[in-house]
Amino acid sequence: MRDIAVVGFAQSKHVESDTHHNEVEMLMPVIADVVKQSGIGAKEIGFTCSGSCDYLIGAPFSFVQALDAVGAWPPISESHVEMDAAWALYEAWVALQHGDIESALVYGFGKTSTGDLGEILNLQLDPYTVAPLGLDHLSYGGLQARAYLDTTGRSERDLAEVAARSAHDARDNPNAVRRGEVTADDVLGEPPVRSPLRPFDCAPITDGAAAVVLAAGDLARRVCSRPAWIRGIDHRIEAHQLGVRDLATSMSTALAGDTAGVASGAVDVAELHAQFSHEELILREALGLGDEVRVNPSGGALGANPVMATGLIRIGEVAHRIHDGSATRGVAHASSGPCLQQNLVCVLEGTD
Amino acid sequence: MGDERCAVVGVGQTQYKAVRADVSIAGLVREASERALDDASLDWGDIDAVVIGKAPDMFEGVVMPELYLADALGAVGKPMMRVHTAGSVGGSTAIVAAGLVQAGIHERVLTMSFEKQSESDAMWALTVSQPFQAPLVAGAGGFFAPIIRSYMRRSGAPEHIGMLVAVKDRANAMRNPLAHLHEPDLTLEKAKESPMLWDPIRYVETCPSSDGACAMVLAGEKTADGASKRPAWIHGTAMRSEPTIFAGRDQVNPQAGRDCAADVYAQAGITDPRAAFDCAEVYVPFSWFEPMWLENLGFCAPGEGWKLTEAGATAFDGDIPWNPSGGVLSSNPIGASGMIRFAEVALQVRGLAGEHQVDDARTALGHAYGGGSQFFSMWVVGAEKP
Repeated sequence: MRDIAVVGFAQSKHVESDTHHNEVEMLMPVIADVVKQSGIGAKEIGFTCSGSCDYLIGAPFSFVQALDAVGAWPPISESHVEMDAAWALYEAWVALQHGDIESALVYGFGKTSTGDLGEILNLQLDPYTVAPLGLDHLSYGGLQARAYLDTTGRSERDLAEVAARSAHDARDNPNAVRRGEVTADDVLGEPPVRSPLRPFDCAPITDGAAAVVLAAGDLARRVCSRPAWIRGIDHRIEAHQLGVRDLATSMSTALAGDTAGVASGAVDVAELHAQFSHEELILREALGLGDEVRVNPSGGALGANPVMATGLIRIGEVAHRIHDGSATRGVAHASSGPCLQQNLVCVLEGTD
Repeated sequence: MGDERCAVVGVGQTQYKAVRADVSIAGLVREASERALDDASLDWGDIDAVVIGKAPDMFEGVVMPELYLADALGAVGKPMMRVHTAGSVGGSTAIVAAGLVQAGIHERVLTMSFEKQSESDAMWALTVSQPFQAPLVAGAGGFFAPIIRSYMRRSGAPEHIGMLVAVKDRANAMRNPLAHLHEPDLTLEKAKESPMLWDPIRYVETCPSSDGACAMVLAGEKTADGASKRPAWIHGTAMRSEPTIFAGRDQVNPQAGRDCAADVYAQAGITDPRAAFDCAEVYVPFSWFEPMWLENLGFCAPGEGWKLTEAGATAFDGDIPWNPSGGVLSSNPIGASGMIRFAEVALQVRGLAGEHQVDDARTALGHAYGGGSQFFSMWVVGAEKP
């Protein structure tokens, strides 16, 4: 495999509801920032790939307008996934493995505030047998949280501690939406949204965007003093029907983590795409991350959840910590689908 | 191009028709995928990864339907991706899948595109109305009609050229049992009676709205060398995009299409496409796009495309048959339409195209475009190894 590294990462200052910018306006400064950081000229970038969801904007082809933020002229080699932009990064990584290209731009964006996320994610379920039941993401998140607590014997306080730690860590993240001191008692003091999940256990509605620049081998070394090398990346999906899965575990995360080589070295930091507090606990176990691993120092998705960019931000946050020397080897995770149906794991490493 | 060779070793298509009420969405995609596996003499367990493509999720009202389709496509425990690049998506999806083999990541990849347009009203789903933006038009035809009018003015093409394309493609569809439209009695005279929808586009010159799916098994050299049927080797793949609207943009002969063709021809070592290709499957959803793309793809000089069509060069018995399957004008499950082009040329160079087989087809071009004539994906396949 060719050596590919994250050499730039930028994200918007996320907000709960951005009523002043459309998607293109939200993306433009982020893309300008990441391209500048990368030290690679915009016209030299060999491939561009993005991730977004039409239903968030409520119209087809949301990625078509977003192309205006890139300045695709002269025409560019470009692709798009209707998935979290972490999978756009995967597509770009594959293109870098076999193409005659040295660099790639990846971006994702989501204005989650413009629609009703619960209604939209209900439409993600099996349209014949599950969606008509009216489940939204909070409902199936609650089912999974309950299954996890029942199976493991852990308590609602364990969930509250994840939520409190995330809010605490997000204080140092100027891009986070939900930041500040919240104790586990504060979390438990709120009535459940869907038992056993309380408001702080659930990711906030967020508008935002993020972008990453990847570069290969010598180019990465030239433009970045400490590139975040992708040592392994894999993604797996599991069955859709909630009733045929063991909701208390994440088989697909474990499989992707094995293939990506999580266990083949010490992990300093992990950014996990946990949209609910219980998901972080399930993911830690699936990836075999011990107590020594710093998980979600950015505050994670509980701090900011711009849907379709949240997974890519996990990769960017780990890369950022490698770039600045505060971490040497990290794990980033992205997820899609109800109850962690699909998961991507990326192992990043810096060398001195 | 990647380091590893990649070939199409299996193709599967559903029957294309207005309403496939006999199957669910999962049933539709499974039908095409099983046929592709059968064609490749492979089983679900042989597949390493699945790459799905389709056009906007609003066509079926299911958000990211690949999640729900993971079980039907045997993807549980495997990597699965979902590509969406507007009308070019079927082609882009195949290119992403081929990349996984070319990069040496997987040996056998199932790629599939579908649309079940009967689940919604595709014309209104294509009537883009973004917040804070002026709505453009009703349906894709409304968007493309002025571009076609501009082509006619620029090239001096007579009005019947578009109808000639429609008559030719529907005649080809009579050779393709899977085609949605079978219109054995269509003549130029009858086409002239067809109602005007978006001037200058008549009803007969538009693609249908279809339910259908198309799948391919792509494989590395080891699998392809041992395949029971002749593989179609991929000689080049390319994608290009440009913005929808800006001052000075040539929407009739877009730069992105020319660049994409130049890229894929360079990979395949093609300098004279009209001479080099034995046939082509080109995305022609409105008839006039045949002469426009003849020029954009370098089969002739600008302004000359309509003359090739008029002279019968693109007919089934012409020197460069375009859309021997009947093309998008005869079957159009939008998300799959690009992949059908890519798969049909694979069938041609494998010698498996049945009644619409072009004699001794060895090298062929698959093409798809989307958005406002701004997204392009192309591949060149051949009977020989690259």
